[in-house]
Amino acid sequence: MAKTLIEVENLSASYRKNTVLHNVNFEVKPGTLTGIVGPNGAGKSTLIKTMLNLHPALTGKVSFFGLPFPKVKKRIGYVPQRGSVDWDFPTDALDVVTMGLYGQIGWLKKTKEKHRKQALSALEKMGMKDYADRQISQLSGGQQQRVFLARALVQNADIYFMDEPLAGVDAATEQAIMTILKELKSIGKTVMVVHHDLQTVENYFDHVLLLNRTVLHHGKTERVFTKENVADAYGGNMRWMGGERQYELHSFK
Amino acid sequence: MSSILLNSNTQWVLVSTMILGIAAGIIGCLAYWKRQNLMSDALSHAALPGVVVAFLLFAEKNLLVLIVGAGISALVGAFLIQWITNASRISEDSAMGMILAVFYGFGIMLLTIANRSPGGNQSGLDSFIYGQAASMVKSDVITMLILALLVILVVLVGYKEWKIYLFDQEFAKGIGLSIKGMNAFYTIVLVTTIVIGIQAVGVILMAAMLIIPAVSARYWTQSFLVMILLSALFGGISGAVGTLISALGSGLPTGPFIVVVAASIFAFSLVFGKQKGLFINYIQYRLHQKRVRNGMQMKAEGAK
Amino acid sequence: MTYTAWIILTAALVGLSCGIVGVFLILRKTAMMADAISHTVLLGIVVAFIITREVSGPAMLIGGILAGLLTAFFVQWLHTLNVQHDASMGIVFTTLFAIGVILIATSVGNAHLDVQHALMGEITFIPFHTITIPIIGEIPEAAGLLLLVLVVVLFFIIAFYKEWKITSFDPALAASLGIPVLFMHYVFMGLVSITTVASFDAVGAIMVVAMLITPAAAAYLWTDKLLIMLVLSGTFGVVSSIVGYYIAAWIDTSISGSMAFATGLVFMVSFFFSPKHGLVSKYIRPSKVA
Repeated sequence: MAKTLIEVENLSASYRKNTVLHNVNFEVKPGTLTGIVGPNGAGKSTLIKTMLNLHPALTGKVSFFGLPFPKVKKRIGYVPQRGSVDWDFPTDALDVVTMGLYGQIGWLKKTKEKHRKQALSALEKMGMKDYADRQISQLSGGQQQRVFLARALVQNADIYFMDEPLAGVDAATEQAIMTILKELKSIGKTVMVVHHDLQTVENYFDHVLLLNRTVLHHGKTERVFTKENVADAYGGNMRWMGGERQYELHSFK
Repeated sequence: MSSILLNSNTQWVLVSTMILGIAAGIIGCLAYWKRQNLMSDALSHAALPGVVVAFLLFAEKNLLVLIVGAGISALVGAFLIQWITNASRISEDSAMGMILAVFYGFGIMLLTIANRSPGGNQSGLDSFIYGQAASMVKSDVITMLILALLVILVVLVGYKEWKIYLFDQEFAKGIGLSIKGMNAFYTIVLVTTIVIGIQAVGVILMAAMLIIPAVSARYWTQSFLVMILLSALFGGISGAVGTLISALGSGLPTGPFIVVVAASIFAFSLVFGKQKGLFINYIQYRLHQKRVRNGMQMKAEGAK
Repeated sequence: MTYTAWIILTAALVGLSCGIVGVFLILRKTAMMADAISHTVLLGIVVAFIITREVSGPAMLIGGILAGLLTAFFVQWLHTLNVQHDASMGIVFTTLFAIGVILIATSVGNAHLDVQHALMGEITFIPFHTITIPIIGEIPEAAGLLLLVLVVVLFFIIAFYKEWKITSFDPALAASLGIPVLFMHYVFMGLVSITTVASFDAVGAIMVVAMLITPAAAAYLWTDKLLIMLVLSGTFGVVSSIVGYYIAAWIDTSISGSMAFATGLVFMVSFFFSPKHGLVSKYIRPSKVA
């Protein structure tokens, strides 16, 4: 069995008085593609942010490759939610992708032609080469998301965290992104994705982490993603409807 | 000290700064929940050209005339900020900064010309703009009092409507409240408060009168009504105490002392306030951390 | 050089430094921090004066930077305590400014500082206070200070260009790449402070806000490229100060006031007629490319 890559122990986090995460424990093996699934307010984004030191942890510790986050920063890529930046910023798609390289380029050094080429090939991979010099506000939501993903690719990290990369994108973009994620996995990268669409979980991810303030179930998709477990995570507000993969948000009461 | 209090002009000034503090405290709560704290700063600066134009047109320092001039100028500023924000990619805070500084610069241009005109230097325009409550005379005080009371009345009478408007605009629209109308009304009330305060505290510090008491009140209550009352109280105290301190020496500016008193109230509230005060927060955080840790321990023991 | 040439050069230096720094103020959504810092710098200058008992460039510069950083720090601190961001600015700068005014009114007297001078600037006196620099010769102290500040600003902006860009655009990504976002914020506030202090003598506390924000906002309407925005903003700043000087000379009024007014004119023209984001162009071709 492969050794553990990410280890989370006793992690808790809160926003003021509300505990959002409580006693979270899990381990992730290399080369896996994990979907983090849970209802609204389950702490999915907070979990990622806390793991990456972007939100303070109340208790617990996180390690990557057996080391704390600051030591392995450069080997981790993060794709924030699309709403988190100002799309009117005077910059084009290529420039945004190049930003993914800033950590490697280092202080006081300029971006060079080879960085530009790297960024361009990442854009090409996402089918966005023709939009390289577009101002970013002139891209559609799906195209913006592809640019974000290209930026993560160019970081050439070993572990990727993505916060709802498939939220509000068109079907073509969704397919393009999933193809890339599966490709990343196939070359041995580890990817964790916050995901909100239960219908597609089985197709997209080989591991699932069901989260609702704490880890309820975690493991291989076919073993963990059962209707009992999902109902468990969604607190009974979910009913398995008719066909095999039909879900509907519904209250029992 | 007693001789200062007995001076009848000081008494008038004291009453007026206190009422001003109360009015600003109340309106400040509206601005706080509209998340437009610095709008008051932009608009008080934007009032300057209007003051000078009014003075140049009527060639006298009649408070009401100056206030009307200031009000019009500030309203134009408010309109421009709105327009620039809506019609272009410029964000609201940039628009406010621009209007603030450009209007102020324009005002200084006019003021330089006004001060050169015959009698301009003696007009006391400067003390009007930079705030010298002691220079107010009884008729000024009465004008201020009436306007301030009017503003307070407007807010208290429409209390319910203000609350809905600030809390949930969509809902307010649903029950037939005109958002456009309320916006206009809000801007007028805000501008009125600002322009009557200018003479007492000056264009630069007027914003403090609107911002600081409201934020301080936030540390003591979760109720909107109590917040308004507390903010009014803090504003009134700041106005009165600040004026008294500045009356102790000759030629001391009133505005800065009022602001420093208000800031002291804020500092106290920040540390000791019973809602989200630093002290309470720290204790809660500690208790919370302890609870979470204990909970984990118990679980771990239970598992054994 | 003639008296007028010195004034125009000084004003142009103000316009250039402010225009460049202003671009990032706009993009980082901290335009009103310029207003806050420009006011609190007064406190720094007063304290520097009380300590050294003389009006000297270096002491003022240090006092101003410290006051600016203190403001940035307090605002950030209050904000982390859940005070709305603009409210924390409003509280911090008015309080520090008030303390500055009280200090002037009580302990400094009317010796060399007065509030109005600080607020309005007095560019007309600038050519009279000169210092001697080797090789170049005698130049006005304010111009020398501004030149120094311009060099510092240019150095920081160019050397950390990509860091400014990424921390302004996407702080979360910057943090995850290991760029110290908060530290960069304070460095930037330091740049705003020194620019403000150096411009103080020439244009005063409030007009410097116009020079910082307005040319950058105008440039923002012309281009979608950061580099071009920087160049345009600097140019607009210089143009505004020169136009402002001639307006003032023409109707005989305050130079600093006219300079602020001229930035407004530049913005107005951009607001209506910029081919990219101007009102008129939007009216002519209302539909945007998707």
